[in-house]
Amino acid sequence: MTSKTQTAEAVEILSGNEAIARGAWEAGVRLAAAYPGTPSTEILESMVDYEGVYCEWSPNEKVAMEVGVGASMAGGRALVCMKHVGLNVAADPFFSSSYVGVEAGLVVVSADDPGMHSSQDEQDNRNYAKFARVPVLEPSDSGEAKEFMVAAYDLSERFDTPVLFRTTTRTSHSKSLVTMGERVETAPVAAVRRDWTKYLMMPQNAIVRHQVVEQRVLDMAEYAETCPFNRVEMGDTRVGIITSGAIYGYVREALPDASYLKLGMIFPLPAKLIADFRAKVDKLYVVEELDPFLEEAIRLMGIKVDGGKELNSLEGELNARLVAQSLARAGLPGVNPDLLGDLGPQATDLPGRPPTFCPGCSHRGLFVVLKKLRVYVSGDIGCYTMGALPPYNAVHCSTCMGASISMAHGMAKVLEPPAEDAKPDLRKKIVGVIGDSTFFHSGITSLMDVAYNGGKTLSIIADNSTTAMTGGQENPGTGKTLLGEPSAVVDIPALCAALGIKRVTTIDPYDMAETERVLREELAADEASVVIAKAPCVLQFKIRKPVYQVVSELCIGCKRCLQAGCGALNLYTDADDDLKVEISATECAGCGICSQLCRQDAIVRPVSAEGEGS
Amino acid sequence: MTARPTMNVLLTGVGGQGVVLASFVLSHVAMSEGYDVKQSEVHGMAQRGGSVTSHFRFGDKVWSPLVPEGTADLLMAFEALEGLRYVHWLKPGGVLVYNALRINPSPVSAGLASYPDDVDGLIRAAWPNTKCVNANELAAKAGTVKAANVAMLGAISSTLPFALGTWEEVIRKAVPPKTVEVNLEAFRLGAAGASTSDTDCSTR
Repeated sequence: MTSKTQTAEAVEILSGNEAIARGAWEAGVRLAAAYPGTPSTEILESMVDYEGVYCEWSPNEKVAMEVGVGASMAGGRALVCMKHVGLNVAADPFFSSSYVGVEAGLVVVSADDPGMHSSQDEQDNRNYAKFARVPVLEPSDSGEAKEFMVAAYDLSERFDTPVLFRTTTRTSHSKSLVTMGERVETAPVAAVRRDWTKYLMMPQNAIVRHQVVEQRVLDMAEYAETCPFNRVEMGDTRVGIITSGAIYGYVREALPDASYLKLGMIFPLPAKLIADFRAKVDKLYVVEELDPFLEEAIRLMGIKVDGGKELNSLEGELNARLVAQSLARAGLPGVNPDLLGDLGPQATDLPGRPPTFCPGCSHRGLFVVLKKLRVYVSGDIGCYTMGALPPYNAVHCSTCMGASISMAHGMAKVLEPPAEDAKPDLRKKIVGVIGDSTFFHSGITSLMDVAYNGGKTLSIIADNSTTAMTGGQENPGTGKTLLGEPSAVVDIPALCAALGIKRVTTIDPYDMAETERVLREELAADEASVVIAKAPCVLQFKIRKPVYQVVSELCIGCKRCLQAGCGALNLYTDADDDLKVEISATECAGCGICSQLCRQDAIVRPVSAEGEGS
Repeated sequence: MTARPTMNVLLTGVGGQGVVLASFVLSHVAMSEGYDVKQSEVHGMAQRGGSVTSHFRFGDKVWSPLVPEGTADLLMAFEALEGLRYVHWLKPGGVLVYNALRINPSPVSAGLASYPDDVDGLIRAAWPNTKCVNANELAAKAGTVKAANVAMLGAISSTLPFALGTWEEVIRKAVPPKTVEVNLEAFRLGAAGASTSDTDCSTR
């Protein structure tokens, strides 16, 4: 609605992610790198609209982190963003960056996902702070996200350290009011300053840097005592609450009149400030989501905590009602009664509405065939993970980005080989399924391993030419960069061949007969093979072909087409009490998978639409 | 001046229905009228045809972006089943406005579960203070079914304390320039069409 570089003092509604981008821009950031991952993706999608910042999607978080470290080392302020599990991928450079410190400010955003709205785990990345000895800022809303981000760069340079900026889904994806500021103009980078004892981590230098790092933690703990983001708000002194992040808002609603120590810098902690606050209140409670990160640190200071993690859960998201109930159970006075009432009637036994493949999705045909072949499928992270859901049930494991191919390899290596005289059994072959962006992220080295170590797995690369699950971001296979510029395109068949895979076939997953034929052939092969199922994402590229219809006289209600699991299909009972299927003309994208499944030739394209088809 | 208490609105629907744009309009309308605003939604996996919710709150001071269960002043459901699913979010006296539209969840499309026969009856039994609107039909009448989310905004507009002029001003800026008039018409039809006597609330 408004220009991204509008004048200071204007107030806008921004998501936490948009506010982070704004804050980084105001701080004079020169480079921003990330790999898309919910709930962090929109930071770079917003950043790219600001002038004066080079932005890129890197192939994975480790690369993004190293690009950021390089920019910082050269003297340009840098921003690196990822989801919580992305920091696992980037952990190697992240830990080293703590040792080398910064030349210009470096901020690493970790967007955690309590409640696992779109993730495979809910690890609490505050724990990385103590592990890597880096300070952590955690905002409560978008206004703070912007303010803290600007300050994070000063903190980074003042203490010569990367700063971990921790958000959660509720701070990243919630919107609130933000007051805009001006951009700080930083000096252009003329040359890279050489300081090998600081920036080259071989043991003789790293030993010295470790001493610097440990002293830095002590210095930052001293700073934390007066950091303006650690704020005491005195109210009723019977109860003192220590909290941070989105949880602060929940507790303020649950216990409006208590006293608060609201922490914005959560590592290292201000020991004196916490002890002083403790002395002013009768009882002290620590309220936090996921791990008892603050509580354990406060208890280690020898400070008495009257209630902490035992009041709520190590699992899942908190909210105002959960917090109110836990504080009421603990017998605290002044809990907001509106949050304690019984709930009204709750509808039960309703059909769930899990996410699913879009109508027309190219993955649908692939998983219908894989289900039919009854093979074990080692899956990966992307839209195609939904191949595990009914009616496909055709993905049997999925752990982390890039793991499909390497896990399939490990499985195949321990499977008992068939007896010499046994009939070949295609079902014994392990199949890996991975998307294009995930393959570029961390599947390439896995496939190299298969080729190098004589693996015999079948790896299917479901190439829809985008990073679909996170909303269709560019990647090294799309021919375009985040900045919208044309780019080199990875030639996947040539890459597989270069890794040492001899059998590489490209198929059209909308052609189910051909897909089945090729998969059967590759499953029977006595060596590693790769099948590239190539078809663009219908959502990202807005692909709609002429719709199909059901000839109701021909439909026998056998439900075979429903194996497609397509939202455009609807089973109903007609006037004669016969089961029939109909196709929603507004939902159907014309992919034809249901038509190929139908054995009655009841699903057809209307004659008038012929010729416009694929 | 007395403090204006925080008002809670929960929007529910199916990925792809424009719940996010509707939340955007609500937030900007409230901001334009001088309220503090917090709003929260979930992106990513849930958007692929899954059940989506968006929380919208406004008042003099809003602390957190989430509407707690049992406290919604208004539940705005873009699809009938997604209204029924979240009825318990309403506070006593709260209003439910739902779009009389059926979108099959994937287990229903796969023949593994069935859509409730009389959703309208179930909703009204669970929450008598309910209005329904045929937002998709009204939007189609205005010019495009894509404006169904804006028709829904029209349908709930009388339950919120915002001026008509503010709604129109925000909608003008929020939708693509070529669709401004169609969207404003959808808004007007939605405002007029919520539970008029001839509204057919059956979803099939």
